[in-house]
Amino acid sequence: MLIRHAPDIKASEITDFHLYLNRRSFLLGMAALALAPSMPAASAVPAGERLKATRNERFTVADSPTTLESITTYNNFYEFGTNKDDPARLAHMLKTRPWTVLVDGHVSRPKRYDVDELVRLFPLEERVYRLRCVEGWSMVIPWIGYPLASLIKRVEPTSKAKFVEFTSLLDPQQFPGQRQGFLSFSSLEWPYVEGLRLDEALQPLTLLTFGLYGQVLPNQDGAPIRVVVPWKYGFKSAKSIVRIRFVAEQPKTTWEKAAPREYGFYSNVNSTVDHPRWSQATERRIGEFRRRKTLMFNGYEDQVASLYTGMDLGKSY
Amino acid sequence: MSRRTRIIVKGAIWGVALLPLLTLFYRYSTDRLGANPISYATNLLGDTTLRLLLASLALTPLRMTFKISWQMSLRRLLGLFAFFYACLHFTIWIAVDHFFDWNEMMADVVKRPYITVGVLALTLLMPLAATSTTRMIKRLGAKNWRRLHRLVYVIGVLAVLHYLWLAKKGVNDPFVYAALLAILLGVRLFDWARRGARSRRQPISLTNRRVTMASSVPPKP
Repeated sequence: MLIRHAPDIKASEITDFHLYLNRRSFLLGMAALALAPSMPAASAVPAGERLKATRNERFTVADSPTTLESITTYNNFYEFGTNKDDPARLAHMLKTRPWTVLVDGHVSRPKRYDVDELVRLFPLEERVYRLRCVEGWSMVIPWIGYPLASLIKRVEPTSKAKFVEFTSLLDPQQFPGQRQGFLSFSSLEWPYVEGLRLDEALQPLTLLTFGLYGQVLPNQDGAPIRVVVPWKYGFKSAKSIVRIRFVAEQPKTTWEKAAPREYGFYSNVNSTVDHPRWSQATERRIGEFRRRKTLMFNGYEDQVASLYTGMDLGKSY
Repeated sequence: MSRRTRIIVKGAIWGVALLPLLTLFYRYSTDRLGANPISYATNLLGDTTLRLLLASLALTPLRMTFKISWQMSLRRLLGLFAFFYACLHFTIWIAVDHFFDWNEMMADVVKRPYITVGVLALTLLMPLAATSTTRMIKRLGAKNWRRLHRLVYVIGVLAVLHYLWLAKKGVNDPFVYAALLAILLGVRLFDWARRGARSRRQPISLTNRRVTMASSVPPKP
């Protein structure tokens, strides 16, 4: 007798067929790693390597940081998949070297930077920021990077530059979430595009980020290079960036295109402006039991409120 | 179906239906609920509710399509397990997620459509669970009981809407559930239309009627 029922093993928990087929080369790779621990990291993924930085106390919140385990296992990174554990599970598919970032648009000194050059352009700082996800959870993360403003000044935006557009990597080979599956009813448009107003991008809090917790960015956290904009919902902080473009018009961002009524260009953390479908008044800090109140601009009101004077934040959500 | 087989099949359903709950306990005791345990538990319990609900709704289409009926005796068990998981899902929301913050929850019930339909679905499940015993079927009369239990179609739609309306764009699962529900309800609709067409052609005799209408009583071969 055959009794069929809904499978208890989620599709996401099953090893990817491609990985399964390649299990031998995976094991071989592991063996090679074990045998040659001192090999130069020419083609190896550098995630997890130490990354030196000096703590900047001026940009360090008092809240205790979320554990590295949570930060690296509970991620929204739809390029890998929509489940929270997809990014950690599939992170090895992303190859972060070689990697270049094209900085162009309305700038006097456009350039294609190698990420290893970018990381050495300015002194690295460690900053502990709050991160608030639009879904209603939050973390505290010790990031490593330098102000995006430093890079912006170096490439000299022209007077036409009013916005900065970030484009993330498009490659379904490395990002399985970008593949169009047989039963995909719902999907985002790829590549992922985010944007900031130029003055937001120049705000000292906006961090061009290469690492966290004293190490190179883990792939699931947006390696090898991302931005962190702590007063906005997490999705505004673009990951795995391949292009930074200075433009005259407000960029059309991925989430805006997917659901314009739900995700605006600004997407500042704002407990008084609800998501159309759920409340933004409270959040659950990962690692805590009770919900806590969400702070205006995620607690960065003093630094950023002046960027929005005279604006109706209910309309410019 | 022999008594022996029935015991085995029902035992298997008990095992399978309790698996998500055991998973939850196991993960809890080994500290493997992940970074956001509350959300993990809520999602697992909600998913299980939907799966069991769809499973209970799949039995009649099986009978209509393949003319087999032994599975009809499993309907109550699956339906009650769906209710059980719906209650757990709801309990987590009240007692753990919102920690008995009634004001906030009531505001959400009124203001958030996905919560409204979720609460409504659970509310509608209650009379069905309460009238699931054989004694209640007799007390209500088979006809009334069947009429009442057609509510499960509404509950199925509400439950799928609940998931559709809470999920973010790009999340695929709610659409899969919606498609499955559409198939399960579609088969019924198709069968109903076909029987309607047939009965217009030839008036049905009493015995015939019993075979086609009765869903709680297995039809005679």
